[in-house]
Amino acid sequence: MVREVSESCLDSVVKEMVSCYCNVFYADKPDLAARRIEAIGYQLGFQLSERYTMERPPFNDNLEAIKFICKDFWSNLFKKQIDNLRTNHRGTFVLQDNKFRWLTRMSIDSSADNGSSVEDNSAPAAENKTSHAINMHLYFPCGILRGALSNLGIPCAVSADISNLPACAYL
Amino acid sequence: MAPVAPRSGDAIFASVERVNAELFTLTYGAIVRQLLTDLEEVDEVNKQLDQMGYNIGIRLIDEFLAKSNVSKCVDFKETTDIIAKVGFKMFLGVTASVTNWDADGTCCSIVLDDNPLVDFVELPDNCQGLYYCNILSGVIRGALEMVSMKTEVTWIRDVLRGDDVFELQVKLLKQVSEEYPYKDDE
Repeated sequence: MVREVSESCLDSVVKEMVSCYCNVFYADKPDLAARRIEAIGYQLGFQLSERYTMERPPFNDNLEAIKFICKDFWSNLFKKQIDNLRTNHRGTFVLQDNKFRWLTRMSIDSSADNGSSVEDNSAPAAENKTSHAINMHLYFPCGILRGALSNLGIPCAVSADISNLPACAYL
Repeated sequence: MAPVAPRSGDAIFASVERVNAELFTLTYGAIVRQLLTDLEEVDEVNKQLDQMGYNIGIRLIDEFLAKSNVSKCVDFKETTDIIAKVGFKMFLGVTASVTNWDADGTCCSIVLDDNPLVDFVELPDNCQGLYYCNILSGVIRGALEMVSMKTEVTWIRDVLRGDDVFELQVKLLKQVSEEYPYKDDE
């Protein structure tokens, strides 16, 4: 039987880690905090993709690997697959999760789950603080993705976009 | 009549949202690892883990009380019992036991045979002073403080340091009685 723990354990630990780096260690240096959070994600993603790919044949190309990330890897982490995968065929992929689990329980409604890719121009200054907080939290999954892909032999840069909801674009 | 407090957390654990323990374990591992790199001193990492646990505990107690149906515990003995049987089960999916009571009932040990936090973990030589699970003691301290019990939680035995089980000593320092700052009929 697969061993399980309550989801709130994971949520609490991640939340606490982000707030610890943002508010305690690097309160006035968000860049450094972001880098550390990303590094933790990288480490996790790297190890997870190692474990999840242990018993499968190697991937033939990048697309196959990314499909694996969208389906198996993502649903192992977030209990759902990536909703939409797009690519410009020059190495940039956009993964879109319309209801990203780690954001669904944050108490901000501005970023609720809409999947459309309309440019959002209506972000007034008041929302800046919230979006800053969300961004800090998103460095973690960005790191996870980068770590997972590195382990699969795809060096990349990952960034998140929440103008609709985390569409993670990376190349 | 108040609902009867559950004697085990099995039913609650079955009903909450769960995740693969491996994901949790590796996440925690990655955090500890990064803390070690950033803080350099093992003692500082211990302190930070404890603080993080405390912050988690003061929030987790709400979820615990909301989901567990536990009504007011009559004494410290019942409290620790509930933590071991219901609390650990509900969140980590494992059961702990309570032993080693001192004569006046203010100090005891919570013993944990199985601990998902340490799956795959081995302490390297330069981290021997690390209390890897220090977050747990912080959680207990934080949670108990929210129900008016000031405690001190220390590790007595740790599997990562070669012991056969995990043993946490919980010492009740002060019990703040709950007094309303106002009269009921006002």
